[in-house]
Amino acid sequence: MIRIGIDVGGTNTDAVIMNGPEVIAGVKSATTADVMSGVVNALRDVLAASKMDASAVDFVMIGTTHFTNAVVQRRDLAQTAAVRLGLPATASLPPMVDWPEDLKQSIGNHAYLAHGGNEFDGRVISPLDEDELLGIADDIKAKGIRTIAITSVFSPVSADFEKRAAEIFAKAVPGAHITMSNEIGRIGLLERENAAIMNACLRDLSAHVIDAFRKAISEAGIKGKFFLTQNDGTLMDASFAEKFPVLTFASGPTNSMRGAAFLSGVADAIVVDIGGTTSDVGSLHKGFPRQATVAVEVGGVRTNFRMPDVFSIGLGGGSHVVETDQGLKIGPVSVGYRIKSEALVFGGQTLTTTDISVAAGNVELGDASKVSHLSKDLLERTEAKIHEMLEDCVERSRLSPDPLPVIVVGGGSILVTRPLAGLEVIKPSHFGVANAVGAAIAQVSGEVDRVYALAELGREKSLEDAKNRAIEAAVAAGASRESIEIVDVEDVPLAYLPGNATRIRVKAVGELNGR
Amino acid sequence: MAAEGYLLREDDLLPLSIGAALLGTGGGGNPYVGMLRARELIRKGAEVRIIPLDALKDDDWVAEVGGIGAPVVGVEKIEEGGECYRAMRAVEETAGVKVSAVISAEIGGSNSIEPIIAAAMAGLPIVDGDGMGRAFPEVQMTTYMIYGADVSPAAIADEKGNVVVFKNVIDMFWLERFARDVAVAMGAGAGFAVAPMRGDFVKRTAVPGTVSQALAIGRTVLDARAKRQNVVERVVEATGGKLFFTGKIVDIRRELTGGFARGHAIITGTGDWTGSQARIAIQNENLVLWVDEKPVVMVPDLIMNLEIDTGEPITTEMLRYGQRVAVIGLPAHDLLKTQRALEIVGPKAFGFPELIFEPLLVHQTAEWERP
Repeated sequence: MIRIGIDVGGTNTDAVIMNGPEVIAGVKSATTADVMSGVVNALRDVLAASKMDASAVDFVMIGTTHFTNAVVQRRDLAQTAAVRLGLPATASLPPMVDWPEDLKQSIGNHAYLAHGGNEFDGRVISPLDEDELLGIADDIKAKGIRTIAITSVFSPVSADFEKRAAEIFAKAVPGAHITMSNEIGRIGLLERENAAIMNACLRDLSAHVIDAFRKAISEAGIKGKFFLTQNDGTLMDASFAEKFPVLTFASGPTNSMRGAAFLSGVADAIVVDIGGTTSDVGSLHKGFPRQATVAVEVGGVRTNFRMPDVFSIGLGGGSHVVETDQGLKIGPVSVGYRIKSEALVFGGQTLTTTDISVAAGNVELGDASKVSHLSKDLLERTEAKIHEMLEDCVERSRLSPDPLPVIVVGGGSILVTRPLAGLEVIKPSHFGVANAVGAAIAQVSGEVDRVYALAELGREKSLEDAKNRAIEAAVAAGASRESIEIVDVEDVPLAYLPGNATRIRVKAVGELNGR
Repeated sequence: MAAEGYLLREDDLLPLSIGAALLGTGGGGNPYVGMLRARELIRKGAEVRIIPLDALKDDDWVAEVGGIGAPVVGVEKIEEGGECYRAMRAVEETAGVKVSAVISAEIGGSNSIEPIIAAAMAGLPIVDGDGMGRAFPEVQMTTYMIYGADVSPAAIADEKGNVVVFKNVIDMFWLERFARDVAVAMGAGAGFAVAPMRGDFVKRTAVPGTVSQALAIGRTVLDARAKRQNVVERVVEATGGKLFFTGKIVDIRRELTGGFARGHAIITGTGDWTGSQARIAIQNENLVLWVDEKPVVMVPDLIMNLEIDTGEPITTEMLRYGQRVAVIGLPAHDLLKTQRALEIVGPKAFGFPELIFEPLLVHQTAEWERP
């Protein structure tokens, strides 16, 4: 089975081509403003490097931090109306209450509280007030907003109000992108609402990005199926990904950690993945990223996704290096994919961390004479600060005093020149493209989410049925049956419904079947 | 009275909520939502003073308020905001008294913060103490009720503006029954206030200093994390408790019956407990811990589940397959271990008639109690 794994970061687009478990070729090219030509270049380069024909490729798996970066950097986010249905309940905490102020402002802080919502047992908190929603729709239109996130209290139990409100808004605000929270998250109003709002504000961007991927692959002459990787390291098809860009969150870290484990052969370690814009640090346990057990923050926003326990900072190979009144400031602003034109060594005007590495003689890139004027003092302070920033992350991810190795991967690995926090640093072969490797080896999942009457079937039989359905869903999505494992089981009782009703969610994961 | 105690600051809310979650022994609801609500009020200028028990005058009236319902509802149907405040005003009105301070029914979980919100809205201080020193699921399970507080008037208020006042209720079991039924009718999430209590009674029956205790535990957790120390060990030291088990959760069984989330968590041992298996009975809170089928900690003593690496308290609704947990046992306050108290909050009261309460022995004084 020939697979291409691509990782589209803010700075670089990496690609690997794998034949079964063997990495045949790996290449790195710059992410481009239009995304698509960067992917086209990466596909062309990797095919050329492998001397393979495009028609031999069975699958293309794309992992992208594009959407996470958009939120972290507060870029390309659509003005979004956050509509919550639940009044008079929930009035004490408006939507986005715990969001960082700058992110809230960058999507306009358009929060609307309206009537609606359900009790835990499906009863109505208050009826939907269609006039109230039409009034909100007028306001949304008047403000020129085209993106709406709808969250109704207890929508995982009853999604009717979200669906009805979505119909009303779709009619009143033609062409609006609407995200309903019940399609994304679980019980936990603020976290589910946060995820829905973030998904909504990324919808304009996702339509553009997924289309670019699609064109790039067909332009390269590849006929194989194309997938995106999601936060748990499994695959979703392109049309699904376009509707739910938020599900790609943290797929980058998952892919790079899976890739780091695969490439280094080390199963227990701290992984530091340094891209062009951010560094992600997490711990690897038996070859898999350690899952966060508590609410995970993305760009400072709390969510309830199951995600790897990763700590991210705005430090990468493209990070701005600026002297300020408060001392040296590195990141979070990055030149990103424009590094090849904006960094000093490439003839640009912006001092970046890569320029510092070149000036310090740690790497040969671009024109070193362009950075020869930088003072030794600045180089030393910048290098010290970079290691200090990373050590802080390593310490945060290190949950015991045991001396685990640190696997450093990603294009920005050049920034690391000494041991971190006194721990051995490993840079495996193909370290620059570890996340593309992680994407290429991603698995397929099948999920079931159903309400069972335990009085009829009993818990064991209900779970058995749900597991079988999840396995069948994984097979239908392309997993090979013998490789399937059940990775997640959750049963939430819905009280006071006849027959002891329980909502059961099961996720099954398996290897992608060749052909 | 105004000069005594200390003002609660915005940056106290995080440690308070962490400490309260730990003392919640898995229950009491996640204090995160309450913390945000209190933060909103403090940011808008509300002042809340924490006063010691002995700052109460004998003839002061003290309100006891808290949220009532299922924890899973608390994270989804967030309060309108004035539920506890309206219930408190209703009991004042019915009793014909004016309260001069508010006290928590339970320091564990979200009910550590609910009274702070009602107090902030009313401009009243919070008494440093509570009626459990932990979390319990039912209204008669407070030291106030156990030692003879008036059962009525009590009031329950929902987000819609409904306020139900219980004017004459013959005992605390009837109050629990009525309040629970009304709470379920109100969507399993409501504000509850019991009859105002006199200062001298509160001084005699409240578990003292628990707001400060929760703050101290929360600060210990944050400090241990900042210093990369073993959080579980630091919590054991800070609370004077004992580590009873470490392991990985291999099954969670639960069902909501009669308004409560009941169930069991099965844990396979790791580290010193490799080869052993533990089981924790849960009903909103962790009730009994068995190690290899031998009961080792039981109500009213505290059973606290912590995420093994981060020390994050794990509430029963957050328990998940695969989590790695440390189980800490902590002795309950003596007020909860008298014969009279055990009838209400001992293992029998929670449906374990086969268990005879064996108190945990205190091995050391908790850090926060030392001079």
